[in-house]
Amino acid sequence: MIAATNITKRFGDFVALDDVSLEVPDGSLTALLGPSGSGKSTLLRIIGGLEAPDAGQVLINDRDATTTSPQRRGIGFVFQHYAAFKHMTVRDNVAFGLKVRKQPKARIKERVDELLGIVGLAGYAERYPSQLSGGQRQRMALARALAVEPEVLLLDEPFGALDARVRTELREWLRRLHEEVHVTTLLVTHDQEEAMSIADHIAVMDHGRIEQVGAPRDLYDQPANPFVMSFLGPVSKLGSKLVRPHDISLSQIAVEGAAQAMVSRIVHLGFEVRVDLMLAEGEAVEVQLTRHEADELELHVDDIVWLRSAGAPALSA
Amino acid sequence: MTVRRPWRLGLRFVALGYLALLLLIPVGVVFYRTFEHGFGAVWDSVSTPAAVSAFWLTIEVTAIAVPLNTIFGIVMALALARGRFPGKGLLNAAIDLPFAISPIVIGLSLVLVYGTTGWFGQDLANAGIHVIFSVPGIVLATIFVSLPFVVREVTPVLREVGNEQEQAAATLGANGWQTFWRITLPAIRWGVAYGVVLSVARAIGEFGAVSVVSGRIAGETQTLTLLVDNRYGNFDIAGAYSAATLLALIALVTLLAMTVIRPRREENE
Repeated sequence: MIAATNITKRFGDFVALDDVSLEVPDGSLTALLGPSGSGKSTLLRIIGGLEAPDAGQVLINDRDATTTSPQRRGIGFVFQHYAAFKHMTVRDNVAFGLKVRKQPKARIKERVDELLGIVGLAGYAERYPSQLSGGQRQRMALARALAVEPEVLLLDEPFGALDARVRTELREWLRRLHEEVHVTTLLVTHDQEEAMSIADHIAVMDHGRIEQVGAPRDLYDQPANPFVMSFLGPVSKLGSKLVRPHDISLSQIAVEGAAQAMVSRIVHLGFEVRVDLMLAEGEAVEVQLTRHEADELELHVDDIVWLRSAGAPALSA
Repeated sequence: MTVRRPWRLGLRFVALGYLALLLLIPVGVVFYRTFEHGFGAVWDSVSTPAAVSAFWLTIEVTAIAVPLNTIFGIVMALALARGRFPGKGLLNAAIDLPFAISPIVIGLSLVLVYGTTGWFGQDLANAGIHVIFSVPGIVLATIFVSLPFVVREVTPVLREVGNEQEQAAATLGANGWQTFWRITLPAIRWGVAYGVVLSVARAIGEFGAVSVVSGRIAGETQTLTLLVDNRYGNFDIAGAYSAATLLALIALVTLLAMTVIRPRREENE
């Protein structure tokens, strides 16, 4: 388990972390999610020992690691830009941690072969990082971090430098890998879809503070505040409430308590249909419907409809 | 930007002509004049006791000065690229002093400090250590003039490489020493190699500072450059050319050694 308590970190006048506490449960895959500058990478680097906190404490499996060098923390760290050792082959990259620990050669070879198999780079052992694609380099970096059997795995925007398709692929792959290896993992990302799709826990950060921690679904359904709500998915403002666009129902007959609006645009996105509306007060609202719902309503631009929030959570704006 | 063909050819001609007039023709003439009277004459003139002594003195001085400057240069480059300490800007500027000061001034300043009438020359002389008009003085002068090369070549490479690889090595359990030998040094090796080649060239070619501190005693404190000057001054033109060619050959060997080991880089990285 990783426990960071009351961590504060300043860079000059800028407060990167403001009295932050976080627990990463054993064997979990937790995501630190937030916009850039929210302090998520700084928190990860402090846990990894690459940055020293101004105040606070870091515990890794109940050992106080606050002042321990990264070398002795028992961590694996994966960087956004891979940090591949360019002058070494893939094999030597993965073997690095074992070599500096003076493990016997035969043992190193066996372990490296096993890891290269796990990350799907078995045929690439003798290549140099420059001969690999971005996705392959990051898998190599992961194998390298896992080689030393770290107690915790720290990933700093691991898929941030990859293109969208590879990113999705690697995300699924990491989730499966985590189910096999089960090492306590903390992952930093600014991509809510990435966090929702692979993490069991998400800590949402903003301005050097943790806004909310919870399971992806709980955060989505019961956001603690407007920031968390809007960071985890699209929101529409209906009167004084914030609602998810798919939680607004439309009706062509006047309903008690519903707001009147005019359809200004209808966009068909396959299964989903997005309807832009203009409220009587002149405010724009976005609504998501399924294709089926849209067909039943037979909407046209300039139609007058009535909107109301369909039960689901709404926050006061 | 596109440049029209006649212009392109013209520019090329000017560039090559400039290079030829300033570099290739003078150096070529030295080689030509050296071997004008056959190889035997050249051999006789570079195998005199004074020439042999000058050759080995130059090698000896270079072999001491360049490794010291290489170690100093790498440490200093690490400090400048990675360190955060007060006075860094000042230190950075001070590194360039040997480039800014004329070598002859460097020589004179060494005499002022280490000469028998200098600051601690007398104390050193009492202890039996003679710096000026002796080999230690030549080594000091050579170190001084070739000091900045390795620092200046390695610092930008360190900045460009960044410290992520070093951080990764640390998280994998490497200590500072292991990280330096296995990660940092391989990453900057071409910068180091280039700095060493430049330092060697400067060390064997140094004249001004060395000429002031050496005393120019033939067979003892006369380096190759001083030998060339000495022979030239004594109207032994052929002898001067032979020694000059020897000097140029040492530099060429250094450059070739670098070119031979270099191609592996493009393959791997």
